[in-house]
Amino acid sequence: MNASPQQPAIEAIGISKIYGQGQTEVIALNDVSLSVARGEVIALLGPSGAGKSTLLTAMALINPPTSGRIVIDGVLVMEGADAKIDLRTFRRQHLGFVFQKANLIPFLTALENVQVAMEINDMPVRAARQRAMYLLDHLGIADRANNLPDALSGGQQQRVAVARALANQPNLILADEPTAALDSHRGRQVMELFAQVAHESLAGVIVVTHDTRALDVFDRIIEMEDGRLLDG
Amino acid sequence: MNLALRDIRHNASRFAFTTVGIGLLLMIVMGMGGIYRGLIFEATLLVDRIGADLWVVQGQTRGPFAENSRIPASLEDRLRAVPGVARSRRFVSHALQREHHGKPLRLMVQGLAWPDDKGEWVSLIAGRSLGLALGEYVKFGKDRYRVVGITGGMSGIAGDGLAFFTVSDAMAIQFDLPGEALRLERAARVGRSENQDLGRTQPLSLERAGGPTSTLSELAPPQVSAILVTLQPGTNLDHTVNLLSAWPDISIHTAQQQRDLLLSGTVEKSKRQLGLFSVLLIIISTIIIALIMYTLTLDKIHDIAMLKLIGARNSVIVGLILQQALLMGSLGYGLAWWMGHYLFPYFPRRVLLDTPDLIKLAGITVAISVLASLLGIWKALRVEPNTVLT
Repeated sequence: MNASPQQPAIEAIGISKIYGQGQTEVIALNDVSLSVARGEVIALLGPSGAGKSTLLTAMALINPPTSGRIVIDGVLVMEGADAKIDLRTFRRQHLGFVFQKANLIPFLTALENVQVAMEINDMPVRAARQRAMYLLDHLGIADRANNLPDALSGGQQQRVAVARALANQPNLILADEPTAALDSHRGRQVMELFAQVAHESLAGVIVVTHDTRALDVFDRIIEMEDGRLLDG
Repeated sequence: MNLALRDIRHNASRFAFTTVGIGLLLMIVMGMGGIYRGLIFEATLLVDRIGADLWVVQGQTRGPFAENSRIPASLEDRLRAVPGVARSRRFVSHALQREHHGKPLRLMVQGLAWPDDKGEWVSLIAGRSLGLALGEYVKFGKDRYRVVGITGGMSGIAGDGLAFFTVSDAMAIQFDLPGEALRLERAARVGRSENQDLGRTQPLSLERAGGPTSTLSELAPPQVSAILVTLQPGTNLDHTVNLLSAWPDISIHTAQQQRDLLLSGTVEKSKRQLGLFSVLLIIISTIIIALIMYTLTLDKIHDIAMLKLIGARNSVIVGLILQQALLMGSLGYGLAWWMGHYLFPYFPRRVLLDTPDLIKLAGITVAISVLASLLGIWKALRVEPNTVLT
């Protein structure tokens, strides 16, 4: 959290991603530029194959673009496929992730799943445990803190995943179809949670979604098609 | 937070079964080493405990254990006259197999020169025994012998229990012949004498020839296996050996040479055999642990990808796999020791768990655990964080 509130949480500038070459070449992203302010919650909409997830994973620093630049909190992170910094450390300190599946570690309890993210970031065990408990409480699942993921419902698992994403107070939260496995009520709850987090902690939030039932919670809606942004 | 322990907690039964399997493998490796140590112990037990500085045996032989040796018992008196010799005593050793209560009874008869050697060095405790009870009578040859003590842990190079007798009893057992054989031998002697001038000219000699062997001064008395020599304190061993080496009818072996003779024969081959088996088992154990660790890593590949995605350092990932491998190896080793401790005493031959060997195996276990985890670590480090999306 070393960036000034005026800086965008993330700037993706001229991002292209090309898979294969020659006749098998597929352009997944075509010169996409996107900026998300801190405290802003945006939805990324579009049909399957539009490039939403490709753009999200590029911004998540796990799928390097073919060209373009990614600047997070004012730091040039990627230039083309070249990492300008240690990506794993940067992800640990600045980014939070939520996916369609909660991807909780099955041998850790709900509390430990949140706690581990902070311990990995060198937070003392006691402090990490306290904050994990606080986050679970905040998300309404403190009573399931000592349950393994198997014993949690889909919604509860997703809330634990959200708590894990928030654990290190990231500047940017990236969510890929986070409500796909949830009913509409739970889905809306999660979306509202993102909005709340973004506004409270001034984190930028980008949510890839097909779910149009809770679009009112977003500050901005961006549509994608054929690897391009239609708006924004 | 220790991820390795939490993963084990989650998959406790699988971890337990795998560890038991590794423990059994390590127990066999431990047992191989123990059998080898047991062979050495049994082979050298007598030489180490009997307290002889020199073994005097038949000339040009390496007896009495490596090969047969026959020397006159009277050599004992000649040796007493050698300067520096404090004590010399006869020694008889031979294998014997009889039926006892319908079962084969194999033992190594050891004749001790009573009362000079009262067998104080024999440990009279319960333990591995010949299956005979204290006070029980056993018939060998024409005599019945009463068991007056049960030794503990006394066995010979072939793993047969040692049975201690006086030299004369041991010889009586060794040279016992059935009555018919004695009669035939005496008749043969009479027959040979009849065909010689002495028999024809002195018929009374035929009567002597047909009498007991012990009354014939022309025939050598039964011979012993070796004479054991104990030197006076301060006597130069090499000097005495050089002195006795001039006697052409005998061979001299120091206690160390006797030990080396025993170890360089049968034990050496067994050592190589057991050593090769142990190496093979260690290789097999390494491969099995490696495959187990690899499989366990594959099961966690998605979780490892997630850990990488949230920024876990490689040391966290490596620690997760390595700690599990080390824990599995350590617990397997402990289990192997515990199981061996209870099972090995029931093995037909001695399995001796030597502390330096156990420490060495512990080191090998740590090494193979580390080595075995490398495959899993290699796989884990190659996992891309975006695997979590698949």
